[in-house]
Amino acid sequence: MLEVTEDRGAAPEEFEPTIAAFFCNWCTYLAADLAGTSRMKYAPNARVIRVMCSGRIDPQFVFDAFAKGADGVLIGGCHPGDCHYQEGNYKALRRYRLTKRVLDALGVEPERFRLEWISAAEADRLRDVMNEMAAQIKALGPADFSVPDETFPGTDPGLDATAEEAVVS
Amino acid sequence: MTDKPKVAFYWCASCGGCEEAVVDLAEKLLDVVEAIDIVFWPVALDTKRADVEAMEDGSILATFVNGAVRTTEQEEMVHMLRRKSQLLLAFGACAHLGGIPGLANQSDRDTIFDVVYRRSPSTVNPDGVVPQTQTTVNGYKLPLPGFYDTVRTVGQVTDIDYVVPGCPPTPGIIAGAVNTLLGGDLPPRGTVLAPDVALCDECDRKTTKPETVSLTEWKRPHLVDVDEELCLLAQGLVCLGPATRAGCGAQCVGANMPCTGCFGPTSRVRDGGGKALAAIASLVGSDEPDEIDHILDGIPDPVGTFFRYSLPASLLRRAPIGSRNNTPTATTERSE
Repeated sequence: MLEVTEDRGAAPEEFEPTIAAFFCNWCTYLAADLAGTSRMKYAPNARVIRVMCSGRIDPQFVFDAFAKGADGVLIGGCHPGDCHYQEGNYKALRRYRLTKRVLDALGVEPERFRLEWISAAEADRLRDVMNEMAAQIKALGPADFSVPDETFPGTDPGLDATAEEAVVS
Repeated sequence: MTDKPKVAFYWCASCGGCEEAVVDLAEKLLDVVEAIDIVFWPVALDTKRADVEAMEDGSILATFVNGAVRTTEQEEMVHMLRRKSQLLLAFGACAHLGGIPGLANQSDRDTIFDVVYRRSPSTVNPDGVVPQTQTTVNGYKLPLPGFYDTVRTVGQVTDIDYVVPGCPPTPGIIAGAVNTLLGGDLPPRGTVLAPDVALCDECDRKTTKPETVSLTEWKRPHLVDVDEELCLLAQGLVCLGPATRAGCGAQCVGANMPCTGCFGPTSRVRDGGGKALAAIASLVGSDEPDEIDHILDGIPDPVGTFFRYSLPASLLRRAPIGSRNNTPTATTERSE
């Protein structure tokens, strides 16, 4: 027999944001690695997705993350001039600025979508960004792009015989 | 009654342009009527809803539905026509992607009612009456269509068999779709009945597109003299050809107007607006954040530019309900 022993009914659970973090293989991902080997502690809210270059990040990835329930999206790439592929981070920057305008227009708070240049040596920077973003989004609450089911109580939209009678009479 | 194949047309949230596109077949429409029996077409025939209700399920060969789904009535009609039809086709950009009415997904019902029935300068409505879902006529309570917060595509409401894209579908695309249906060799369900390549592929200006385009300014078509030969992107116009499906013959581009994306993306793209945005952003000719922003200021309405026909079909589908941009209060502040 399985029994549920955990008491979940006590205090309401604090909102823990989910952050989709796309990190460049050559810089920010290595910074996260360094933060790990240095045993740094930071907010555990990010789900890190390694990409070869921040220039690989298609706006579709960002929209998809939000649509699938992410409360924030973080893009981490190499500092300007340091891109392994020469200029992928500049491509990321241009797309980021325009994607951000779309999200702004849809009413998404600016703190939820962020681009940071974090080199392989900047584990402390990574920690600070993670902590700050998690705290900001926690304060904002969840991002909700769901399309709720809508019902109209007490209405039957179809015209029935009674209705036609009413119009005619 | 004849045993010609039965065909129906219906409109939901749309402008009537798709109906016009059918009428634009002109004399050819008479040939069409020779071959088929149009059993339901509210814009042109007097058949009523009850007549359709009385038809046997599956007795209509094909129904062409244009317009997005915004109200309970439209939703109900779409479900009914689905039952009555062997094939249901989304006809035009609104049925396919949500279309122009879909841009209302930046807002919600309360905000829209507030602006339209209370705050717009041309509104005189001292009692503040807004649309209801019930009314009383001669003592009978009558139901009225409910207005949803969210505009949906026809495909988001029921299963569709094919899509005839365009705002509106061009005569060539309509003829192609009809030939496909009558040809018997039907493509897989859900297919968009247009070529699965980008518009640039069939654009006359394709050969004039430079190897790289790097722009420091976006231009708006009504403010410039457009060169009639050169690729519009190379001229600094926001042309969505690279991210839009071909099939229209690049008519807008041929008339010096940039593509606005009404055919939607190709089958390999999940979010047409996102792809269009990426294509346009990549042409910005600067590495400096401030300068990039300055250049992007030349695109004053990014949602209306990249998601003009596709917000309901996009990955995000709508602005979050209750977000800061679409509460009635926010609208009040802006309008006063």
